[in-house]
Amino acid sequence: MIVAHGLSKRFGDVQGLRSLDVTVERGRVTALVGPNGAGKTTFIKCLLGLTRPDAGLLMFDGASVQNDNLYRARIGYMPQIAKFPENLTGAELLALLRKLRATDIADERLVDAFAMRSQLDRQLRVLSGGTRQKVNAVSAFMFAPDLLILDEPTSGLDPVASGVLKTRIRAERSAGRSVIITSHVLSEVDELADDVVYLSEGQVQFSGSVANLRQSTGQPTVERAIAALMQHCVA
Amino acid sequence: MTSISFAMAERSASSAARTQQTRLVVLQVGLFQARNVLRSRWLLAYTAFFLLATEGLLRFSGGSAGTILSLTNIVLYVVPLVTLLVGTVYLYSAREFIELLLAQPVNRHGLFAGLYSGLAVPLALSISVGVGVPFLARGFASTNEAALVGTLLLLGTALTLSFAGIALALALWCDDRLRGLSLAIGLWLLGAVVYDGVVLMLIATFADYPMERPILALTLLNPIDLARVAMMLQLDVSALMGYTGAVFQQFLGGVVGLLVAFMSLALWILVPVAVGMRVFSRKDF
Repeated sequence: MIVAHGLSKRFGDVQGLRSLDVTVERGRVTALVGPNGAGKTTFIKCLLGLTRPDAGLLMFDGASVQNDNLYRARIGYMPQIAKFPENLTGAELLALLRKLRATDIADERLVDAFAMRSQLDRQLRVLSGGTRQKVNAVSAFMFAPDLLILDEPTSGLDPVASGVLKTRIRAERSAGRSVIITSHVLSEVDELADDVVYLSEGQVQFSGSVANLRQSTGQPTVERAIAALMQHCVA
Repeated sequence: MTSISFAMAERSASSAARTQQTRLVVLQVGLFQARNVLRSRWLLAYTAFFLLATEGLLRFSGGSAGTILSLTNIVLYVVPLVTLLVGTVYLYSAREFIELLLAQPVNRHGLFAGLYSGLAVPLALSISVGVGVPFLARGFASTNEAALVGTLLLLGTALTLSFAGIALALALWCDDRLRGLSLAIGLWLLGAVVYDGVVLMLIATFADYPMERPILALTLLNPIDLARVAMMLQLDVSALMGYTGAVFQQFLGGVVGLLVAFMSLALWILVPVAVGMRVFSRKDF
């Protein structure tokens, strides 16, 4: 689904990505993990065209993402921080996104799963952080995208809502969709991910299936395996 | 031959689709943001301020040239300041939302145009309603008065369009909110306060030299002064024109001076928007 080759990005004197090589498989949940400043967000932003890499190649489904914006119609993005124009309602926001995508698809299953339909007609300013995060999730899943990019999706969600979201992520994978997820909650990675990409200082330290990760580190859980990777990188 | 014409047809079709897509983005984002701004409290306060100021001046001094002169001064000071502050805050608080929009299949030029019009149009409407309604409610005393109020609204709109572009360009260029806001205030001080002092100082220092041309050039560099000169030329109050106004009238005459002032103001709208669009389309978010 996604192939990055030699991807580099520098912000001033900070090196965000150093010649990154990553492959994300279709129809799988890929967890992007690593310490703060490892380059997870930079990689996602390159993928969405928010940031332009200095060098390297980035392919979405066999075509370069550079100088193109239509490929983004196939991506649903859930940013980490759910901050929207304050004086509008969730329904108005979703209507805007639908018009911008010029699509009739409106999958509102998550609205019902979150039991938040009445909240959609209230101004976004008065919604709690968690409810805004739900609106954020609804907008990412709404247009039946082939690829979902979820940046810390469960942060700010209560346990019930985060359970609903995880169920939905699994359903998307069963339907053959691809998911990229970043999370600091490693038990969540353990629960959801098929593949793990571990980034550190803008480079891939590990990339492979969860089984592979357990085996190569000799640890029983993803949590411990990643902890082992982190220690290994620091040492 | 056929394959070439086919390729050309395909290319023009895809560029037509792109244009259409850009229009859609400008319209939808513009309407969305305008609705957001129109529902905000500060816009209500801004409109109320102009309503009260206009109504008050009309009550106390009647519909005379003096009223319009005082209103002009208020517009010239308040519009650039409020537009600069509101514009930078508008962009900074929309940062996360802009990232969400950029993740949609939209192009950046259209998105910037939408963000810009969603800010500038409600602000311009606010002045027009605030200043225009009290005059309309009373009815104009003469066609001359109607023309003067019309000019004032036109200049208020031009200043809004110009400073909204400057504010967005500034906030895009400077990622640090506090610095961006300080720069916005600094720019306003420069154009509205420091500028007059500089002109006076130059005239005093180089009193023995012909200063008309350098001063004329200096006026073109300040949209606030351009708007002031345009209004004074229209009001025909040479005593209140100040040095730059007098130079304009002396060198360019009333009509040509007015034309030059309006065309320079048009540049002061187009250039900041073009710069903002360029920064926006190249920026890493």
